[in-house]
Amino acid sequence: MTTSTIQAVDCDVHPTVPSMHTLLPYLDEFWRETVIERDILSLESISYPPNAPVTARPDFKTKGGRAGLDAPEVGSHVFDKWQSSIAILNCLYGIQLVFNEDMALAFARALNDWVAKEWLDRDPRLRASIVVPLQNVEHAVDEIERCAKDKRFVQILVLCMGETPLGRRQFWPVYAAAERHGLPLGIHAGSAYRYPVTSLGWPSYYVEDYAAQSLGFQSQLASLVCEGVYVKFPNLKTVLLESGVTWLPAFVWRLSKFWRGVRAEIPWIDRSPNEIVRDHFRLTIQPLDAPDDPNVVARIIEHFQSDDMLLYASDYPHWQFDGEAPMPPGIPSRLHRKILVDNPLATYPRLGL
Amino acid sequence: MAKHIVAPLKDFPPDTRKLVEINGRQIAVFNVKGEFHALGNKCPHESGLLIHGQLVGLVESKMPGEYKYSRKGEMIKCPWHGWEFDLRTGRAQCDPARIRVRRYETTVVQGGDIDPDNPPKAAEVFAVRVEDDYVVVEV
Repeated sequence: MTTSTIQAVDCDVHPTVPSMHTLLPYLDEFWRETVIERDILSLESISYPPNAPVTARPDFKTKGGRAGLDAPEVGSHVFDKWQSSIAILNCLYGIQLVFNEDMALAFARALNDWVAKEWLDRDPRLRASIVVPLQNVEHAVDEIERCAKDKRFVQILVLCMGETPLGRRQFWPVYAAAERHGLPLGIHAGSAYRYPVTSLGWPSYYVEDYAAQSLGFQSQLASLVCEGVYVKFPNLKTVLLESGVTWLPAFVWRLSKFWRGVRAEIPWIDRSPNEIVRDHFRLTIQPLDAPDDPNVVARIIEHFQSDDMLLYASDYPHWQFDGEAPMPPGIPSRLHRKILVDNPLATYPRLGL
Repeated sequence: MAKHIVAPLKDFPPDTRKLVEINGRQIAVFNVKGEFHALGNKCPHESGLLIHGQLVGLVESKMPGEYKYSRKGEMIKCPWHGWEFDLRTGRAQCDPARIRVRRYETTVVQGGDIDPDNPPKAAEVFAVRVEDDYVVVEV
């Protein structure tokens, strides 16, 4: 496969872990016995309850009402139907929710090994993100170093809502490792549920949890920019996955506006946050969070002041769109090739390896 | 360019400031450690009055956690939204290439050097004394 033959790179695809027992062969003896003895059946998180509409589009569901359970099933959608040439797997399993940091590492290792063996080995068009156990930064770095040897891992994956804002210096060894290996920092919707998903307290309903994710992304963006992560790691890219898209220009405008008056507080930020975001942040296009009217969509896209920031993604099997076209209606056709191919290839240097 | 007397030097000690109006234009004049700086009084953002702002130092950084502090008192911070302006250039620290406030040259002249037939205009009326020095702004 050469760059010119690539039709599309699907940057957000979710393989479903059938059950905790799926991971048993990838755990060492102690953790295998622990899972069996404690009867740990599943690590599904309430970010994506199995029966919530967003978790799997109805017509994607197969065995037991679930979707995305193996490589051929995923491939029949992303490669056969939607004609992507490459797809990046972002496995959402509740590794980040585990409190025991040794258990988190053991489960992350098992998950990453399962993805490599059961998915990447079975379809050469698949790539994956390294799920990192941020519960312990040394563990996270070790896992990046271990998995980065496999060039099919093209990104590191963390959740939008963790224990501490992602810009804080305690995480910098993780970003140093990511930058060293050409791995963007992928931040996916979801929470480790250490705190309520809103800063106001716990919401009552699932719809509030899902809608609140974009607020979490806003705060993470502000943290990463203001703490100076991109001053320290100028080659690090960050991809916001399933973050929604249209909130970004307004929030960054606000951040940049207030920065002008208090910039002395963070003097390492010596240019507008707006410019830093354009240089370092990328977003997947499902969900876009915009009406279908092409004029409205075109105007919103213009507010990004950049053609480089959006990455194609189906978000399979999540139910973000109906019909057969993952590209949201209204995205100007002059941008299609950028979003489908050029921007993903520029964002993920390891796709070219 | 015409010279305008701001004040006699003895009435304008270090770490004080004076607002003068020249040709209908307000100019904020600062004495920072004996050195005079004059800027247009209106912030180009929302027209906050710089004369009421706080003088701060310049803080720069090449890396998070590093703070390089210099030029104490040489930046004026707009009292409304905190934009900092460099007294020596008039440029805004947040966007020096695009945002600045007008800066004026200042000098100190001796009373004896002032031509009594063509004196610099003064913001206030006061007698020019040969033995005194005067702070002058060029507009």
